[in-house]
Amino acid sequence: MSRPLILALTKGRILKETLPLLAEAGIEPLDDIKTSRKLVFATSRDDVRLVILRGTDVPTYVRHGAADVGVVGKDILLEQGADGLYEPLDLGIARCRLMTAAPVGWEPGQGRIRVATKFVNVARAYFASRGMQVELIKLYGAMELAPIMDLADVIVDIVDTGNTLKANGLEPLQEIAQVSSRLVVNKASMRAHCDAVTDLTDALARAVAEGASDAAA
Amino acid sequence: MTSTDRWQLPDGIEEVLPGQAARVEQLRRDLLDLFCSWGYELVIPPLVEFTESLLVGLGADLDLLTFKMTDQLSGRSLGVRADITPQVARIDAHSLGSDAVTRLCYAGSTLHTRPKTPMASRSPIQLGAELYGDGSLAADAEVIGLMLATLGAAGVCKADKTLTLDLGHVGVYEAVLKAAELDDATEEQVFDALQRKSKPDLEEILERVSPDSAEMILALLELHGDDTVLARAREAFADVAPAAVTAIGALEQIAAIIRNQHNDIGIYFDLAELRGYHYHTGIVFAAYVDGHGQALANGGRYDNVGEVFGRARPATGFATDLKAVVRLLTQDEQAQPGAISAPAVDDAELIRAVAALRAQGEVVINMLGSEADPRCDRRLVAENTQWVVKPIND
Repeated sequence: MSRPLILALTKGRILKETLPLLAEAGIEPLDDIKTSRKLVFATSRDDVRLVILRGTDVPTYVRHGAADVGVVGKDILLEQGADGLYEPLDLGIARCRLMTAAPVGWEPGQGRIRVATKFVNVARAYFASRGMQVELIKLYGAMELAPIMDLADVIVDIVDTGNTLKANGLEPLQEIAQVSSRLVVNKASMRAHCDAVTDLTDALARAVAEGASDAAA
Repeated sequence: MTSTDRWQLPDGIEEVLPGQAARVEQLRRDLLDLFCSWGYELVIPPLVEFTESLLVGLGADLDLLTFKMTDQLSGRSLGVRADITPQVARIDAHSLGSDAVTRLCYAGSTLHTRPKTPMASRSPIQLGAELYGDGSLAADAEVIGLMLATLGAAGVCKADKTLTLDLGHVGVYEAVLKAAELDDATEEQVFDALQRKSKPDLEEILERVSPDSAEMILALLELHGDDTVLARAREAFADVAPAAVTAIGALEQIAAIIRNQHNDIGIYFDLAELRGYHYHTGIVFAAYVDGHGQALANGGRYDNVGEVFGRARPATGFATDLKAVVRLLTQDEQAQPGAISAPAVDDAELIRAVAALRAQGEVVINMLGSEADPRCDRRLVAENTQWVVKPIND
């Protein structure tokens, strides 16, 4: 047997919603991922192993071939660029939106507006497409705080329910992109493990389709 | 300036140390000898050229990858080559000017403003071969054969690594795109989504085009894998994009020729592989090794690129990065014969003995004072009036 297929999963909400899809596809971790402190997990299939990573690291692992396949949010692929990766499947999970937001009633004044975000590349491209040159401020968390403390005028962030925005006196403005989790595949793995990767993609696609029809019913 | 500033190298720029450097150089010599034995003549293109010559034709994608500076003599912009192939194309089209089939090869450092792929060196040693003046499939097969022979000679196919040959043909995408009649903006988005094999993104883009066109392009997305791909492609495009069928036929023939020569090679067809689409005109190919995320060597047909230098010529070729190849090789700890130490003695007989040994290919190191070089397993000792080689511990 050739070496096992390595799947890199994004921890947190995406992981929680990925595991049922993997279970449908016949892949279940042998340890309890929620309680274990391990980073590498054997699964019910001895030809598949899981690693659990931060979302921003998943494309890196897959691009370098340290993992063959990954599950990662589209927001991260948009921000990092998907060069060197295949992204054959939308898993339809962890849905949210990438949006601009500002304090309620905010109006753009003259000159450059200041944008605080974790997604600097997405923000730069988005405002450029609207003909706006902006000042970008890279932050790693709690974007909502930036306008309150007058660090920025506008933020670009992931919006799920919008409750955090509301609680901090902000309102969502424009939608930049719909976000859900994608399956990404290393280019060499697609070749060397063509059958295994195709089988996995097809099995997950079926699980996604079933999930969607269940939700509709 | 702290001492860190003095020794630190820029990101992606590396020095190759003893051992590794010997392997890189040995491989360079072996592979250039291999090319020579196939009739490919060595050329040494310059390190810098006028930016215009570097960035036309084949080089159109290289603008952002090329370091540029101003030539103090002419006031024109100079570029450090980011790729040697356009230089060799210029040599064939302009400098040689022959109408016969021309086979050229080269090896040299290039410089990239940013790494081409993650972890890639910004100064790879590019080694490659180009075949000009013949547009036939036999020429494509020869170059692919030479690429496989190159990786074989380098020892990449040995060990436990699986080598996969990637085959594609830009004619398939061209024909499908023509038949689909997309507007420019959509075409650009389709191109991007196909490169990422992103079905969801492609489906979203294709919502705005006619169902027939959408179906054709989505079919392309699934056309990668083993031999069954070609049969499926014929079926999918025979009626809607007949021009694609010619390209599929060419792929079938090439695959058959390659299998004849290398019956154990795994071939992976990818009809939506669009690397270098802007200048490739026919068969494109690459070699992938299991566990290595990027192609180890790649190439393809780029007919008529020489036109910008005054002469259109059929052309095909391939290139690889020597440093990347060497990094991949498991180090064979071959029992190489050790060196011979020569004592620090002023003696004409000793000098003659040392010269004789070196002429035989031995490594002889003159010991300086009490030096002891760990590479030495033998030494020269005086016996009567003769200098003879003895084991070091004798």
